[in-house]
Amino acid sequence: MSSPSPEARLLVLALIALLLAGPAAATPGELRVCADPDNLPFSNARGEGFENRVAEVLARELGLALRYTWWAQRRGFVRQTLGTGTCDVLLGVPEGFERARLTRPYYASTYVFAWRRGDGPAVRSLDDPALRRVRVGVQLIGNDGTNTPPAHALARRGIVDNVRGYTVYGSSTTAEPPGRILTALAAGEIDVALVWGPLAGYFAPRQAVAIELAPVTPALDPPGLRFVFAIAAGVRKDDTALGERLDAALAARRAEIDAILDAYGVPRARAADVR
Amino acid sequence: MTAPRPATLAVLGSLLALLAAAASRRTLDAAPADDGQWVRPAKDLAATRYSSLDQVTAANVKTLRLAWSFDLGVERGEEAAPLVVGDTMYVVTPFPNVLYAFDLTRPGTVRWKYEPTPATEAQGVACCDVVTRGAAYADGLVVFNTLDAHTVAVDARSGREQWKTRLGEIARGETMTMAPLIVGDKVLVGNSGGEMGVRGWLTALDLHSGRLAWRAYSTGPDRDVLIGPGFKPFYTFDQGRDLGVTSWPPEAWKIGGGTVWGWLSYDPELDLVYYGTANPGPWNAEQRPGDNKWTATIFARRPATGEAVWAYQVSPHDLYDYDGVNELVLLDLDLAGRRRKVAVRPDRNGYVYVLDRATGEVLSATPFGHVTTTKGVDLTSGRLTYVDAKKPELGKVVRGVCPAAPGAKDWQPSSWSPRTGLLYIPHQNLCMDVEGVEASYIAGTPYVGSATRMYAGPGGHRGLLTAWDPVNARAAWRITERFPVWSGTLATGGDVVFYGTMDRAFKAVHARTGEPLWRFETVSGIIGQPITYRGPDGRQYVAVLSGVGGWAGAIVSAGLDARDASAALGFAHAMRDLPGATPKGGRLYVFALP
Repeated sequence: MSSPSPEARLLVLALIALLLAGPAAATPGELRVCADPDNLPFSNARGEGFENRVAEVLARELGLALRYTWWAQRRGFVRQTLGTGTCDVLLGVPEGFERARLTRPYYASTYVFAWRRGDGPAVRSLDDPALRRVRVGVQLIGNDGTNTPPAHALARRGIVDNVRGYTVYGSSTTAEPPGRILTALAAGEIDVALVWGPLAGYFAPRQAVAIELAPVTPALDPPGLRFVFAIAAGVRKDDTALGERLDAALAARRAEIDAILDAYGVPRARAADVR
Repeated sequence: MTAPRPATLAVLGSLLALLAAAASRRTLDAAPADDGQWVRPAKDLAATRYSSLDQVTAANVKTLRLAWSFDLGVERGEEAAPLVVGDTMYVVTPFPNVLYAFDLTRPGTVRWKYEPTPATEAQGVACCDVVTRGAAYADGLVVFNTLDAHTVAVDARSGREQWKTRLGEIARGETMTMAPLIVGDKVLVGNSGGEMGVRGWLTALDLHSGRLAWRAYSTGPDRDVLIGPGFKPFYTFDQGRDLGVTSWPPEAWKIGGGTVWGWLSYDPELDLVYYGTANPGPWNAEQRPGDNKWTATIFARRPATGEAVWAYQVSPHDLYDYDGVNELVLLDLDLAGRRRKVAVRPDRNGYVYVLDRATGEVLSATPFGHVTTTKGVDLTSGRLTYVDAKKPELGKVVRGVCPAAPGAKDWQPSSWSPRTGLLYIPHQNLCMDVEGVEASYIAGTPYVGSATRMYAGPGGHRGLLTAWDPVNARAAWRITERFPVWSGTLATGGDVVFYGTMDRAFKAVHARTGEPLWRFETVSGIIGQPITYRGPDGRQYVAVLSGVGGWAGAIVSAGLDARDASAALGFAHAMRDLPGATPKGGRLYVFALP
């Protein structure tokens, strides 16, 4: 084999330099969103979630091409996405999240009670004595012993033995997708479910029986627990420019975003009430 | 290069006393001459990590030098032990779990490599870096687990896949990071992912077909746990029917955790396999009143059937993520004038347990690290006694929780020298504060968690190598290190103990005194398991992988934000100066005398 020509060597060097430059450099003209490829109603790789739709609206407003980096929204999500620089924007970040710079919230939702219409107890308060008698389902996260606020709230009230847990982990191709808690409610495995609003609003109408939803009250359960979360977009902490552009875009497209959230049945709360 | 901080040395026992004590101890299977190989991560079935090879001695180790090295091409936490079988060395990398076979007759030459191509999604599921703890060899097969929950057997000669069995489902949070133990024709493997609602199990596969022989769950009814008439736990609180159900709220056991991601050992005389189960999950502690059996429990089982013979719950109703998966080193010791077959377990909860391995009786449980969360083990009831003031509660500030969640010692395995009668425990010295709450989200679901912050315990050092005398239940000597000692240790017949540090030093110390004898600076921090072997040329070699990572080193390998106190569940806070001490890396090092 003959040695490569000087031109070829230069080309190789240039290619290596490109590779070394890595993915950290944002491509001008792109809105690079970090999202879960399989987590409806929020997002999926086919663009069917409401966060996909919000991302499309933001990209149009900013005049940018939308590009996704897919990563499961689990432990390590932020470090593997924003942290590695492969993408620049998170959607669906709860207010108070300290690992990103947050925009102003674009909606607020609440954990809700869900029950079968005409069949289950119409529970609206954590202090309803019915919660001690019926079978109650909660979503479980289990991150370092921490779970959804309703799971903790029930435990505080000594409501334990009649509580069933449904982990939020799973995918649309497994037997336990995130909507499993509502399937269980519809099937009569439990009588009341405590579910994060956007999941309940999306999965409840997809069940074989009619499901009623009502916000969890009281909205605050000190110390430490709340059920309403304002939701924002997030960027890297030092990415002030993008954060400000997103704030402006979210404000400009407020009505359009609200319409998307309505279409997905996202129960809305007024975050200001609980701050 | 940063100057190494001089290791502090505390010699607690006199040399004479140690020599006298050593005469009364022996390693379970020290009898046969060392074949010079290293066919499983713990060297022998008793999990001693002791090699009687003695060309490298305390006197000449200072001349040890690099023989060859190899870039593994994966810069994540390298926790695996290399294996040596005949004239071949096998190394399995972190995800994507590439298996290399090196020709030891031509140092540094790759014979073949096998790529299992595990599912990419598995990386998003693994809790604490995408590690593997290595492979095991038997009967012409190299067997290991892939992060996406498969066990694979590869022909040791050709590198061809012989079988591949799917054991778990990554979409549900199940991964596999542990190294299999092969006993007879059974490959024993366990799962990881307890924090995601995975139900833990130990599974036996047929070595030659990969077919499932039995599965023993860590929670649930006795029939699932393989508890039958032959089950004789020593303590009352471990006795009763279906405790894997009744020690939980109804149905909570179904997703109760108790995964099996640590070490196994085997006593051929008693025909018992020993291992421990991880912490309970994913329920918050107050939503799972009860002992939560059989999480954080030591099991002794028959390898042929999986039948449980005894169990001992080390940390009932765990509150701190004190997984009970650490190694059980099988030794025969003279205790109070009586020869006892024991299993020695330096546990995450901060105690060294010496158990009668025939019965599960706790003979002693002595703190080897700084412990504030518990008051000790009641040797009558067998129960660990918790300190109420240190119980974490959401929204409540609790300070000085020691050991922190990674425990006084995590997965990093100890070694034992029958010559010194000492167990060389690599570990950490970390406490944590639970100080209020912060918002987070998983799978689109927001919640508020406790904000925990880890920091160095008393003394300010974060790591230790403790030489522990299990007969007298005390430390013989300790070496303090700046960072957690997240590597395994290796003890040799030349009275040398090897270990690695997260700030890139591979070290040899005197097995009797802890005196530093030699060090070598590697490309990245060391969290792997050192081994030693006799090469085809008859010389003694020492090998280790360098590549910082794991839970302790994720701040480097996964590029966590050092400003984020809660990253890696608060561990990153304690490790925020690690990025200044080591880059990431992934390299095999092999050393020999000149």
